[in-house]
Amino acid sequence: MSERVESVILQCDGVTVDFDGFKAVQGMDLTLTRGELRFLIGPNGAGKTTMLDVICGKVKPASGKVMLRGGVDITRKREHQIAELGIGRKFQTPSIFPSLTVYDNLEIAMKQNRSVFAALRAKLRSGETDRLAAQLEMVGLQGKADWRAGGLSHGEKQWLEIGMMLLQEPEILLLDEPVAGMTDRETEKTGELLQHIRKTQSIVVVEHDMEFVRSFASKVTVMHEGRLLKEGSMEEVQRDDRVAEVYLGKRRDADASRSTA
Amino acid sequence: MRSSAKGGVGMQLRTWTSRRLWLLAVYAASAAVLFCAPLMLSDFRLNLLAKFLAYAIVALGLDLIWGYTGILSLGHGVFFGLGGYAMAMYLKLAASGGRLPDFMDWSGLTVLPWFWKPFESIGFAIAAGILLPALLALILGYVTFRNRIRGVYFTILTQALVIITTTLFVGQQAYTGGTNGVTGYSKLFGYSLASPETKRWLYFVTVGVLIGAFLLCRFLVKSRFGKVLRAIRDGENRVRFIGYNPAIYQMVAFAISAGLAGLAGMLFVLHVGIISPSMMGIVPSIEMVLWVAIGGRGTLGGAVLGAVLLNSAKSTFSESYPDMWTLFLGALFVVVVVFLPKGAAGLIGQLRGIGRRKGRESDERTSGVRNPAV
Repeated sequence: MSERVESVILQCDGVTVDFDGFKAVQGMDLTLTRGELRFLIGPNGAGKTTMLDVICGKVKPASGKVMLRGGVDITRKREHQIAELGIGRKFQTPSIFPSLTVYDNLEIAMKQNRSVFAALRAKLRSGETDRLAAQLEMVGLQGKADWRAGGLSHGEKQWLEIGMMLLQEPEILLLDEPVAGMTDRETEKTGELLQHIRKTQSIVVVEHDMEFVRSFASKVTVMHEGRLLKEGSMEEVQRDDRVAEVYLGKRRDADASRSTA
Repeated sequence: MRSSAKGGVGMQLRTWTSRRLWLLAVYAASAAVLFCAPLMLSDFRLNLLAKFLAYAIVALGLDLIWGYTGILSLGHGVFFGLGGYAMAMYLKLAASGGRLPDFMDWSGLTVLPWFWKPFESIGFAIAAGILLPALLALILGYVTFRNRIRGVYFTILTQALVIITTTLFVGQQAYTGGTNGVTGYSKLFGYSLASPETKRWLYFVTVGVLIGAFLLCRFLVKSRFGKVLRAIRDGENRVRFIGYNPAIYQMVAFAISAGLAGLAGMLFVLHVGIISPSMMGIVPSIEMVLWVAIGGRGTLGGAVLGAVLLNSAKSTFSESYPDMWTLFLGALFVVVVVFLPKGAAGLIGQLRGIGRRKGRESDERTSGVRNPAV
């Protein structure tokens, strides 16, 4: 697998984000190759989520570039344009459309022409209904297609959103703590799903759950105070003194929060 | 397992068809009542009803932008008024028979202003009555939605639009008739607007236009476009991140809504025989929103019902209690806001939905529309 020719799909160069004087991200570099599953870890406030915000266009960086497929700088593009270029984002809290049905949520998320004119004339073709049905089954909501999405449980909403994102068929998926609030069983299922997706798409995952990260043999990027601290395999990262230092100070807090959780 | 799944589908189908039949029956009954109304009502009442049905067209448009897209406009009086003026300008020119309209004469004008000239054509007047409001909405939408001005700030801007427009119309007396508005015409295509026959015909035209507007809105909200509008109401940002540009959708919805208001304004002028700045001001603009709120936003039937019921109540109260009727209206509004957040249509749905399973969207009325941002 490591022999495969690695082509860069996303390259962030010297990204700096300035929130009224507070530098949430400072000169951050990140390179993602096609089909890569990358974990972004670090203590709270390290700038992980902000980094995802920059890539998907929610936050405009003060300086730096984000190049997609080696060509286009997307930092000046708007959110919906970036989404159209093939970058999908899943936020930390499930954000589905509560007053639409589960089916309608998936229908509007599906990859399609998103102009007003197209939406006015859109009819579900048989290929599309098949895909929607397959997606419903995959996220385990086939019995609840005509439910209002607002009536789903937290876990079901997470899955619906994952389903929506997959139907969007992005080349790069940005996931912010996808397993937060999930049961062990659901976490496991999400893990399997990530393994499945990485065969065709690239994924960046922000994650706090170290057990979850460890279960994948993937590259890990550690951020601290808005900067790149260390990049490498999980073992390399764990051996690193600076990473230990950053995390040791936090370990007690983390343990405390885990025991209360 | 298999049989239970089948049973589920069967039940879905049954609730779906029963709901469908029920709706169809309501539509058929409403249409029958509307078409039979001339047999039962006096000419005076019929004319009033025709006016209310024109208002119902405004309510449909407002529901599209407020109930479905979650954007509150307190400026629809302007769009309604622009439509009204377009029709009134045609009627005035036709009535003046080639001479200068009387109010221009009084204000010292000697030639017809250039922008009045095309209104000699009824076709132009009708097109302008729909397209001018739509264009104005498109421009306002462009500067606001693109810059993500929304919620209360957008609503305040629509109020500003009302003040600017009415001030302009009052101030430019020579061109607009000032406070008096444009009136003093009595014929359409040579038929007297006051005669019962003409009034009956205009009533039927209004019913036809209302049905057309209803079907248009129904098509819009059932289409994927309508689903995106509701998605915008639920979470504009999320819509952005799945690749839609909400600003364009909001602009189109707002423009259609304004065009419908303009259409209604044209019909209004035919029924009432006058349009003036006071009919497009702050108070009428707010009243229009009340029709939708009381009828039930997020359901098209509710919007129509609200416009007709509230205006009927208003005219009944004002006839019986000339001093107190505004208090009654105010009380009615408070009651609806406090006890019936989904309006009259929501109440009907709640009564029908008692005992039904919660959380299902198979009936949108019962499951309830999320509170659009006010």
